[in-house]
Amino acid sequence: MSTQQQHPVLSLRNLTRVHGSGATEVHALRGIDLDVHPGELVAVMGPSGSGKSTLLTIAGGLDNPTSGQVFVEGTDITALGIKGLAALRRRSIGYVFQDYNLIPALTAAENVALPRELDGISARKARTEALAALAEMDLGQLADRFPDEMSGGQQQRVAIARALVGDRRLVLADEPTGALDSETGESVLALLRSRCDAGASGIMVTHEPRFAAWADRVVFLRDGAVVDQTMRSDADSLLTDRAAQR
Amino acid sequence: MSIRHGLLALLERGPRYGSQLRTEFESRTGSTWPLNVGQVYTTLSRLERDGMVVQDGEDEAGHSLYAITDSGRVELRSWFEHPVDRTSPARDELAIKLAMAVGAPGVDIRDVIQSQRRHSVKAMQDYTRLKAQALTAMEKNGVGERDDIAWLLVLEQLIFQTEAEARWLDHCESRLIRLSSTTPAAGPEPASPGAAPGAAGMGARAGAVAEGVARHRP
Repeated sequence: MSTQQQHPVLSLRNLTRVHGSGATEVHALRGIDLDVHPGELVAVMGPSGSGKSTLLTIAGGLDNPTSGQVFVEGTDITALGIKGLAALRRRSIGYVFQDYNLIPALTAAENVALPRELDGISARKARTEALAALAEMDLGQLADRFPDEMSGGQQQRVAIARALVGDRRLVLADEPTGALDSETGESVLALLRSRCDAGASGIMVTHEPRFAAWADRVVFLRDGAVVDQTMRSDADSLLTDRAAQR
Repeated sequence: MSIRHGLLALLERGPRYGSQLRTEFESRTGSTWPLNVGQVYTTLSRLERDGMVVQDGEDEAGHSLYAITDSGRVELRSWFEHPVDRTSPARDELAIKLAMAVGAPGVDIRDVIQSQRRHSVKAMQDYTRLKAQALTAMEKNGVGERDDIAWLLVLEQLIFQTEAEARWLDHCESRLIRLSSTTPAAGPEPASPGAAPGAAGMGARAGAVAEGVARHRP
């Protein structure tokens, strides 16, 4: 795959995280190595307590590893100070949570424009970009709605638009379909998939195999370590194989 | 069974010849269950023997055409009206394999589960990509394409079925973990009538798991 030749957008190197100490010590992560390339959507699965959420939190700079490194677009974020980390988080990483986390007092367009305004561009330009991002994801008709005027699925799609507005290329999603019914969850995954096909990178924690199946690669965690993973094969070759059986 | 009724359903739309039936069957089901022409003709001759189809002349190219009869229509109606029987399940190799892996010497059942899980999730990834393509095709061709819709339904059946399997594997794994942590790690007991025959002579943990599972059997 051509994406493999490009530099990863996210690299985790020998990542460990220990909570507590002594008798109550818990090894949440035990030496994780993982790369996410441009255009790639990676799903992380595993039983509860396997370290999925810890992995995502550390990858996004919301928690520090006990040891190991996290590279986001080549920068080791574990070596950054508070200010540098905050700037990189804002500039490079988009987050999507189970409960959408849109700001209730802002419309969809204002929610999407907010990260760009924080980037320091003018409010007018930020709004133009936000409207363009929403339109590109077929969400233009929601621009002036407030979160409580949208369905869960609509809010989550707006959250994805917000996560990827501007130059942001990395989206971290923690159970993005957790609060949605099956068909709405699917539309959220279809959007995430199409953003990755357009060049973004995503890493998503989910316990639903049907949603994980939208990813290029599914990584299985157990007891804080990667125990296994699947790669995607070309669906066309699957059809050809079938046809060849005739 | 399904080929028989599948052919009757296609014939209800008008007389057809053998290879035409094969093509239509496959485009409905996306070649998920490929048919060969031999199977089609064997099935047609059985249907003819049972009075559900009759030979009905030839088309311009000289293909023998088959047509559905009234009793074929009755049979088809009844197929649509009755649920598919699930009370005598087909043999399931995976269920048999896991049943045999419980307490089998030298087999780590969690490895068996994980390698199946990887395979099943991988299959779901492939089906999901095909589904995304099917959805794109429907956006392009409009939703009026009967074959596109039929193919989408078949793909989603494969996805849901594989998902059920993946969930069952998760369940098996967490059940085994729970059983192995709650059952005292005593040495293996002589096999009770319900216990897995492989239980004798294994490590304490696997023995405990086998016992635990045996206890849950009716």
